Amino acid sequence: MVTNATNFSRSGLSDWIVQRVSAIVLAAFTVFMLGFVLMNPGMDYDTWGDLFEQTWMRVFTLMALISLLAHAWVGMWTITTDYLNDRALGTSALVVRFAVQAACGIAMFTYLVWGVQILWGL
Amino acid sequence: MNSKRPVNLDITTIRLPLPAYTSILHRVSGVILFVGIGFLLYGLDLSLDSPEGFAALQECMAHPVAKFITWGLVSALLYHFVAGIKHLLMDIGIGEEKESGKTGAMMTLAISVVLIVLAGVWIW
Repeated sequence: MVTNATNFSRSGLSDWIVQRVSAIVLAAFTVFMLGFVLMNPGMDYDTWGDLFEQTWMRVFTLMALISLLAHAWVGMWTITTDYLNDRALGTSALVVRFAVQAACGIAMFTYLVWGVQILWGL
Repeated sequence: MNSKRPVNLDITTIRLPLPAYTSILHRVSGVILFVGIGFLLYGLDLSLDSPEGFAALQECMAHPVAKFITWGLVSALLYHFVAGIKHLLMDIGIGEEKESGKTGAMMTLAISVVLIVLAGVWIW
């Protein structure tokens, strides 16, 4: 029996959906940011600051950040389980893989808290 | 199925097709972006903190090394974006066959290279 206890949602199909939905949010955010920066050559602090003053922009940015974390978890989980496996690392694979996944988790949580702090200036 | 057929599951001895390389690049660019987000958040923090912070970031970004790192991150983002769109197209059934898969991989590379060059021109 295959037992996956570290994937995002305990279900491959659900992970698949999470990956796609978060990808679309991230693509929308990327296109928006690119468009904003390209349409404002010689960007100054006021233009930039005003954008992030808007509630909708804070919501949009936080949505992108949360999407990013879910997206990154599914991605990093896939990579760690594909490469940090018994074939590559032998008996220490489980420990190494878990340590790397834990480091990813800590980084993601830090990104999230940091992002909230930046957006709402706590 | 005939269980006596020879089976080769040693991936290191298999010559990978082009879509395999674009898939690996998709993974590599994803890891780069995951690490890069830390730098982007730092930049966002500094840029929104105060006009002085914004100016300090602008000055920092004008440095050739900073420009190179920015270009690297933007390149990873552009490639990941293009390869991701191809993924979504494959999800709805476009480009799933052997030949069309190869065409899709070539298009992913070609479009990414064009965008990455444009990004380089924009940054410098």
